[in-house]
Amino acid sequence: MSKWPKPYPLALLIALLAILPVGVLVSLASDSAQLFDTHNLRVLGNTLALVVLTIVGSVIMGVPLALFTAYVQGPLKKLWLVLLAAPLALPSYIGAFAMYFSFGRGGEIESLTGVPTPAVSGLWGTALIMSLYTYPFVMMTTRASLLSQDASLVNASRLLGLSLWRSLWRVVLPRASNSIAAGALLAALYALSDFGTPAIMGLDTFTRVIFVEYNAFGLSQAAMLSLQLMVIVALVLFLESRVGGATERPGRHLTLWPARWQYFTMLMSFLPIVAMAIVLPMAIFMVWLVREGTGGFEFSYAWNSAYASFLAAIAAVVCALPVAHAAIAGKAGRLMERITYFGFGVPGIVMGTALVYLGLQLPFLYQTLALLVVAYVLRFIPLAVGSIRTTAENLDASMVKAARVLGASPREAFMRITLPLSLRGMVAGAALVFLEAMRELPATLMLGPTGFETLATYMWRVYEAGYFGRAAVPGLLLVLLSGLGLILMLSGERRAEFTLSEDERR
Amino acid sequence: MLKVSDLSVNYGATRVVDKLNLALGDDEILMLVGPTGCGKTTILQALAGLIPVSEGSIQLGAWTSTADKPLAPEKRNVGMVFQDFALFPHLTVEQNVSFRLKNTSLADHWLSLLGMDKFRDTKPARLSGGQKQRVALARTLAHEPAFVLLDEPLSNLDAALKDSLRWEIRSALKTAGVPAIWVTHDQDEALSVGDRVGVLKNGVLEQIDTPEACFAEPASRFVARFLGEASFMPGNLCDGMITTEIGDVPATPINGAQGDVDVLIRPDDLSLSANNSNTNGIIEWARYEGGSRLYAVAMDNGHELKIRVSHETAFQPGTRVEMVLTTTHPLAAFNRE
Repeated sequence: MSKWPKPYPLALLIALLAILPVGVLVSLASDSAQLFDTHNLRVLGNTLALVVLTIVGSVIMGVPLALFTAYVQGPLKKLWLVLLAAPLALPSYIGAFAMYFSFGRGGEIESLTGVPTPAVSGLWGTALIMSLYTYPFVMMTTRASLLSQDASLVNASRLLGLSLWRSLWRVVLPRASNSIAAGALLAALYALSDFGTPAIMGLDTFTRVIFVEYNAFGLSQAAMLSLQLMVIVALVLFLESRVGGATERPGRHLTLWPARWQYFTMLMSFLPIVAMAIVLPMAIFMVWLVREGTGGFEFSYAWNSAYASFLAAIAAVVCALPVAHAAIAGKAGRLMERITYFGFGVPGIVMGTALVYLGLQLPFLYQTLALLVVAYVLRFIPLAVGSIRTTAENLDASMVKAARVLGASPREAFMRITLPLSLRGMVAGAALVFLEAMRELPATLMLGPTGFETLATYMWRVYEAGYFGRAAVPGLLLVLLSGLGLILMLSGERRAEFTLSEDERR
Repeated sequence: MLKVSDLSVNYGATRVVDKLNLALGDDEILMLVGPTGCGKTTILQALAGLIPVSEGSIQLGAWTSTADKPLAPEKRNVGMVFQDFALFPHLTVEQNVSFRLKNTSLADHWLSLLGMDKFRDTKPARLSGGQKQRVALARTLAHEPAFVLLDEPLSNLDAALKDSLRWEIRSALKTAGVPAIWVTHDQDEALSVGDRVGVLKNGVLEQIDTPEACFAEPASRFVARFLGEASFMPGNLCDGMITTEIGDVPATPINGAQGDVDVLIRPDDLSLSANNSNTNGIIEWARYEGGSRLYAVAMDNGHELKIRVSHETAFQPGTRVEMVLTTTHPLAAFNRE
């Protein structure tokens, strides 16, 4: 076939737009005086230390939890899975914010109970919080791999004389190593690109320093730092693409039925994780809400968040449609899809830097909502592409053929079969983009028009000013939104059961 | 009456179907069989108008579709039953079956005839494979097609179900009184269900005839082997009789075969006995089939014959036996290769 599939030209255009930020950064950084100095070296050291500690922490928590949620049978199994996966949905800066003001001398815990606690800050504090919010990556990827393993291999190893624990260690975990690595790399990627947590904890990583440079009008220095960060991100992405999943012989996975007390002990040992990551922030926000009320909070913050995110969700779905269909149409299309995935790897602070500069060059965009929406779309379009593509792929070609031979014209087949069946993917993709954009912090800080305060940026102002009590309402709202996001992600697994009934024509 | 003339389909430079000619009676069921990749499914898709045709014409009642002037699939009034059922997952069984019907009495009729009454409000995801295929058939027939295409409708079902559903589909098609083309790769299905059988090889129709004729008088050795166990023995054909080492039988010459020929022998054309002095072969292997046993016998002249006998006759491999042609009906004779 010499003819290009129809969605290709549009998809190509969108793919080119997706790599635009890097081009902007390169041209901007070339103005920079300093390529690398001792200060840079310290930042690099901090960032790498944070990444390594995050990987260690998330694996230490994620792997045992994966074994537990995959194999151990007991009461309320589903609930524990949801609770243990929940930190994934929560932006870590919420946790960082809550813990920063809870621990340490004069922290909320000391003033409430009188018990002094060590401060959570610096490298160790950042690593702790990062691990607490990224272990679900490791848990989920590892769990998926564990569930795909046939139990007969474990049974064989036990019959050959190994204990259960040694069987898990020598037979099960080695086969899950690729998935553990994939999860750990996702955690590393998160740690590299997150801005809020190291910023609040006062750790000079790339993201924090870029923001400092930006505020000091050192835009080209920020661009240089951004490019350095992107090199590390690219390295992690490259490693991730090399980690292949092993194909397993399908079979029934292992199930373990511990005694009641054993199950209880396991739960107790996991409880601190859930308590730290979810219960503590919510409790602290509740305390502040009761003590300080809703003072300082304006409804317009929530409205601004929702408005910008809604525009981003619609725009992302519109842009994702040709990309998703191009990806199904052929090899070149899949490459275009890969390119749009690039935006997901670009840290928000880097995207912000690039688009701020773009705004300065194109005055009609500067300080407009449109520029912020573009940033959201470029960052989160992979979410929309992914869910649209999944539903469109499941749409069997024979389905449309069946409609045609039953007498439906191409138009009718599209309206009654293709559209309703892909609508779910579009709605789900839009919702994912919406929720992500609602919680986005760095790009919103840099690109929001003057006076355009959102939930996330308001939390940042509260942190800067130290009036932490005022974070109660936006904090709780963000937690609530994250809960919605979690529900959406989990229901994605059961999307087949979504019902979208056709109107009754009789 | 469906008439297909010189139908050819190309995929790029490759010719997948080459000059197919068919005519189908008013309620006739034609079984199309052939090995994987022989172009069976391509023919169905071309007849339905789902892929472009490079040559030839298709004619049914009022319409004609040619390579130059193709008719859109929705204008052909053709029904199609898919291998993977192709039920619309967002619609209930009833909505599926009455997809484009204003009046749903036909939908009700076929749903109850196929025993799917109580699943009306169910979504396809909750049905078993056999139920899905019944719904798909009901959907096709309820739209009153002028002819029906079935693309391996039973291949995604388990063996026990296949056997019963095959008859259900046949009788439903006969009740509807529509011509049908049914593609399969299962020879039992082809021989037992159809009124006629068409055997395809590399996009060319090797033979199209009644199941009996295709089985007993195959047009080629390929057809002979494809439709069942086939062995060949050398013989001499003269005046309608073949003389072989294991007996003489009447012959049907294929393609004017004469003189030195190979005769087609099916496992039930022979008889076998042991413990006598005239043995002419040795049992290579035996396969117990329940009601019968299948033996492969290596003949002393180097040929191998297969024979099916009653399960009561049990011999061990290695036993010397005597094989005799005992059939009274004519056997197909092919020119020596």
